[in-house]
Amino acid sequence: MSRIYVAGLGAVSPAGWGIAAFRQAVEKRTPLPIDPLERPGWEKPLRARLIPAPVARPASMSHPRLRRASPITHYAAAAALEALSGLQAGPDSANRVGLIVCLQSGCVRYSYRFFEEVLADPATASPLLFPETVFAAPASHAAALLVNTPLVYTLIGDPASFVQALALGAAWLLQERVDTCLIVGAEEINWLRADALWHLEHAAIISGGAGALSLCRDPALSMGVELERVTEAHSFSARKNRTQAARAMRAELGEGVAGELLCDGLGDSPRADGPEKAAWSDWVGPRFSVKRILGEGLMAASAWQCVAACDAVATGRFPAAIASLVGCNQQAIGSRFLACSKTGHRTCSEAKAVGSCLRIGRPG
Amino acid sequence: MLFPPARQPATAHRVVITGAGVVTALGVGWKPNSEGFRAGRTAFRPVTLFDVSRHRVRMAATVDLPPTPPPARLSARQLARLDRAGVLLLLAACEAWKQAGWESAENIPLVLGTTSGGMLLGEDYFRQAVQTPRHHRHQPTRAFHYQAQTQGRLVLDALGIDGSITLLSNACASGATAIGHAWELIHHGQAECVFAGGYDVLSEFVFSGFGALQALSPTLCRPFDARRDGLAIGEGAAMMALETLERARRRDAIILGEIVGYGVTIDRHHLTQPHPEGDAALATMRLACHAARVTPDDIDYVNAHGTGTPLNDSAEALAIRRWAGERAASLPVSSTKAAVGHLLGAAGAVESAVCLMALREQWLPPETTFRIFDPACNLAIVNKPRDARLEVALSNSFGFGGVNATLILRRWT
Repeated sequence: MSRIYVAGLGAVSPAGWGIAAFRQAVEKRTPLPIDPLERPGWEKPLRARLIPAPVARPASMSHPRLRRASPITHYAAAAALEALSGLQAGPDSANRVGLIVCLQSGCVRYSYRFFEEVLADPATASPLLFPETVFAAPASHAAALLVNTPLVYTLIGDPASFVQALALGAAWLLQERVDTCLIVGAEEINWLRADALWHLEHAAIISGGAGALSLCRDPALSMGVELERVTEAHSFSARKNRTQAARAMRAELGEGVAGELLCDGLGDSPRADGPEKAAWSDWVGPRFSVKRILGEGLMAASAWQCVAACDAVATGRFPAAIASLVGCNQQAIGSRFLACSKTGHRTCSEAKAVGSCLRIGRPG
Repeated sequence: MLFPPARQPATAHRVVITGAGVVTALGVGWKPNSEGFRAGRTAFRPVTLFDVSRHRVRMAATVDLPPTPPPARLSARQLARLDRAGVLLLLAACEAWKQAGWESAENIPLVLGTTSGGMLLGEDYFRQAVQTPRHHRHQPTRAFHYQAQTQGRLVLDALGIDGSITLLSNACASGATAIGHAWELIHHGQAECVFAGGYDVLSEFVFSGFGALQALSPTLCRPFDARRDGLAIGEGAAMMALETLERARRRDAIILGEIVGYGVTIDRHHLTQPHPEGDAALATMRLACHAARVTPDDIDYVNAHGTGTPLNDSAEALAIRRWAGERAASLPVSSTKAAVGHLLGAAGAVESAVCLMALREQWLPPETTFRIFDPACNLAIVNKPRDARLEVALSNSFGFGGVNATLILRRWT
């Protein structure tokens, strides 16, 4: 059997810590307020959607490995733990958890601090900061927290890489190398990252946080959501530009089911959004654009798109949902999630298999 | 479609190497590297890429880049934007591609390992943003191109291919996991061929990081030696063309070697320190041997992770002894980091390529800086050049954060 189910979700976002706050913000469909982010040397601040402090400090933050860790690790760990909360995956559990942490900018706060110290005087740069700048640090800390994690990878790339990681996690599960696989996308905010984004897209509003999905093979453990497909990763190259890649992704997603939700990656950047807009120009069904509500969270935003898609299906609001990821400089890739029962029975359109469900939204 | 996967093959595919490209401080290409590693040359020199006057250590194994980049299908604009990391990667990629005799095509997956991608561009971005914040010249280009995926795209365009790009950043095990992941994709029938490897460039950020940790040797990099006092940093790249044995035979390709096993685990002990008894290293070597269906008795040479730091080497030595048992007393072990330094995200890929060279040409890579035996690293360290009969070699790579990876390669006859 090659069926994979979604067992849990987790989110840390400018809406707050946890899925409940995330869901509320997404359902409300109102962009969250914009915070000023000071940029040294400039009078006018950058625009950001910052992450509020948690209402109650997560217990995970007191773990010895997380005490000095960067915020990105806290976000990733909190989202990961929430996504596993319905499963027996604690330190005493025999449940083997695979972990794939996806990052684009990664640990920018400590990187900034460390390099600032290096430029001031490398002889006195802090040895505590450097290890936390490594892309692999959040995954390492989260793995220590989760204990039984035989397989841990850090995937980097543009935001569409998150969906690549879903396919990799599914492969680990199908090869029975792990019992559960956590896919986490995370980013943190600092002015330098916001400055870089501003150089590429003046209209973009930076944000950060994390999103997590836990995948499993056993439908009884699922939250009523099945990963139906992940398309090829359509790389941007001399042979295929962003628009062509986005269209290829759309075409590969095929025809959907009646009432299917589209969770797109549209934000506040007309230029960056163009190829994805064009690929879905004929879409008449419902859609969520989480980046317009929460901001440009890069890899975290891709994770939110998938979390929003799964949550919409799990709560019975939609029979199926697509996450469309058209990254900024690497690839376009999409995935579809379907409603299913605890026995793995697909419940979209009154239990019809996806192939026989009512078709809508033909590719343009 | 990445998921659901195509039907699994009834039997796993054998994975052979039909192209390899290597760039280190020993030189650009297979020949100078093979000669250098065989002779046990060391390639350290004063760092001139950035100011090291305030650093305790001022040496590294930097690459002398050729005056022109390799011939490739890149536009003048792409060539103008090539950074040092991109050049290193392209040099290795073009060599491996040419040797494999692959043709430009759609859907050849690319798997790369790196820790810092285009870090030099990131450093330039930082300096300008902090020191002259109102000057924007070059900043958008730097913000776009410092990311590793742009170097991956460069390889696609240079070779005229159009496949997926997977970027693994498992710290110093990145290169090994990239090749290991490529091996898994082919072995499990998810791809017929994959182009894989690792690259990393010497940057002020990383050099200063290891300096801050007091992890750099102020003397000589001498892994497993009783006087070892730290690692040395280098830069480089290695790429491999991997394909199924069936495909290689179908097109009459020259087969350089076979990858027969891969193991990967996580060491949760500490962010930067290995478990003192090498538990994860032991587990990863066992996993790789299980996958390769070999025992320690079948292994003829171990290319150790061997950084030269006191903690890493003693933990790895203990792990090798626990894994190999009585065989450890006679099993040849060396760390080629003594010659070219720690190449970080490129290390696992380059060291696999060294194993491939040793298997093909039947010699052991000596670690000529090793002089004084350390009882805590009770291994048969190879410290003099010598020919040897090799059938199977094992390469270890361990990363910050705890990802441990082992690759096992077999000679092709």
